[in-house]
Amino acid sequence: MEHTAQHTDVPALRDTETVIATEQLNVYYGDFLALRNVNMAIPERKVTALIGPSGCGKSTLIRCFNRLNDLIDSFHLDGRVTYYGQDLYQDVDAVQVRRRIGMVFQQPNPFPKSIYDNIAFGARATGLTTDLDELVERSLKRSALWEEVKDKLKTNGLSLSGGQQQRLCIARAISTEPDVVLMDEPCSSLDPLSTLKIESLIRELAEEYTIIIVTHNMQQAARMADYTAFFNAEATEDGKRSGYLVEFAPTRKIFDQPAQEATRNYVNGQFG
Amino acid sequence: MTATDYRTRADRARRAIADQTSGPGYFDLFWTGVAGFFTLLALIPLVLVLAYVVFRGFSRLNWAAFTQLPPPPLAPDQGGFANALIGTLIMVGIGALVSVPFGVLAAVYLSEFSQGQVPRWIRFATNVLSGVPSILMGVFIYGLFVITTGTYSAVAGGFALGVLMLPIIVRTTDESLQIVPKQVRWAAIGMGASKFQTVLRVVLPAALPAIATGLTLAVARAAGETAPLLFTALFSQYWLDSLLQPTASLSVLVYNFARVPYEGQQRLAWAAALILVGIVMLTSILSRWATRKQIY
Repeated sequence: MEHTAQHTDVPALRDTETVIATEQLNVYYGDFLALRNVNMAIPERKVTALIGPSGCGKSTLIRCFNRLNDLIDSFHLDGRVTYYGQDLYQDVDAVQVRRRIGMVFQQPNPFPKSIYDNIAFGARATGLTTDLDELVERSLKRSALWEEVKDKLKTNGLSLSGGQQQRLCIARAISTEPDVVLMDEPCSSLDPLSTLKIESLIRELAEEYTIIIVTHNMQQAARMADYTAFFNAEATEDGKRSGYLVEFAPTRKIFDQPAQEATRNYVNGQFG
Repeated sequence: MTATDYRTRADRARRAIADQTSGPGYFDLFWTGVAGFFTLLALIPLVLVLAYVVFRGFSRLNWAAFTQLPPPPLAPDQGGFANALIGTLIMVGIGALVSVPFGVLAAVYLSEFSQGQVPRWIRFATNVLSGVPSILMGVFIYGLFVITTGTYSAVAGGFALGVLMLPIIVRTTDESLQIVPKQVRWAAIGMGASKFQTVLRVVLPAALPAIATGLTLAVARAAGETAPLLFTALFSQYWLDSLLQPTASLSVLVYNFARVPYEGQQRLAWAAALILVGIVMLTSILSRWATRKQIY
């Protein structure tokens, strides 16, 4: 079981606060153990990338962070997920969790509403009494979309291009002032130019937010992440794939001197 | 694989592509023709019905037809079906009033909130209900309503039409809601919206054009029904002055007047049939128009 050993080496965590931490986290769908024994501490106001092959549980993991997995009937977990020390699964209202922890999805998924209403949705749903015009402008500026849409805020969000839609989704996610923004492969359906725009946007956002991003693209992780966690998967007896954390370290270390053989093989593209 | 092998294969492929001797696909052509022919056959009844109804009914359409009461048996080309037109509109209106809130809410529950085996059974029950012959709906409302109130009435007729519309509305609304992608629901939930807010502010508005289509189809279906009205609203020669008295409808007027030997009433039946077809077509066109605005 040498290759299942977990290795986390994040020295910088000493200078920066931990936002989200997992302790002996096991995630199940029914009887199936999708992700096992994850221990990691995600630092504040950094970009943390989760990389690894399909089926290694990266997406499953970030959906534990905002309790989106609650929507799946068969989902349950043991171990702990904490947010600044508060257990997210003990005496906590999932709706409150999701207001503090925003999410951007793989497919751009604007609401079939105007650009304005997309951004205002969160404030309206949570009953915030803020100046909506100001909120919309601020959110769109921070997501680098304002200049492109300021004259057509009333048009449907679905009429934008894919890259614009994704930036709209980012604007929507940060409109409720979350501390953490989770991103589940936000660029995987976009062209290279839109991808670059979103990547530089994410770098900027990291000054104010903690970003946790799942990506298939190792170069993307290398370009923008401060920390990288490599997950791997192994086949179980019944042919499903069960994921586990191999190594979590500063991105540079993951790519230059990984502690684990599996990590080295994966980042060098020699992965089975 | 050598380069020569590749050349040979490429040559063979080029020759096959250039080959004209196999003909322009007679097999395809034949079956396209057969399918097209049967499509035409299937359209013949529609065209004939429409053409004949227009042919027989159009000449009788005048101002009196829309404004006057049905004529006595021996009065050729007098009177109209005004009370039946009003009766049909009122009863379809009552039916919609009864069935739309129940149907839409049931579908929202079915698609958004129900869990486990419950939705399967409700959908099954809905399918059974939509398969029940419409005359049975009439008998059911007769027993439930006409006997207890002691009179045939517009309300009873409206309820019968409502029961008829209910499964159509539940099914089409249920389908419209399920078409809304789950990613959009996730986005709302991920924004910290509650389940109820997600449904009310995102899913329902997104599904609205499709739901409207379903509602119009249900209305079109109900407007043309005769059987359930025979047992519930019966018919009336007079203006409607209370919802609790026998009420005329276009479909029952056609049914009654088409069977009598008096030419004046027969001609009015043709005109009423034309208007009925017109109403159904108009609602179908409306529903098409609503579909055009569909988001997903």
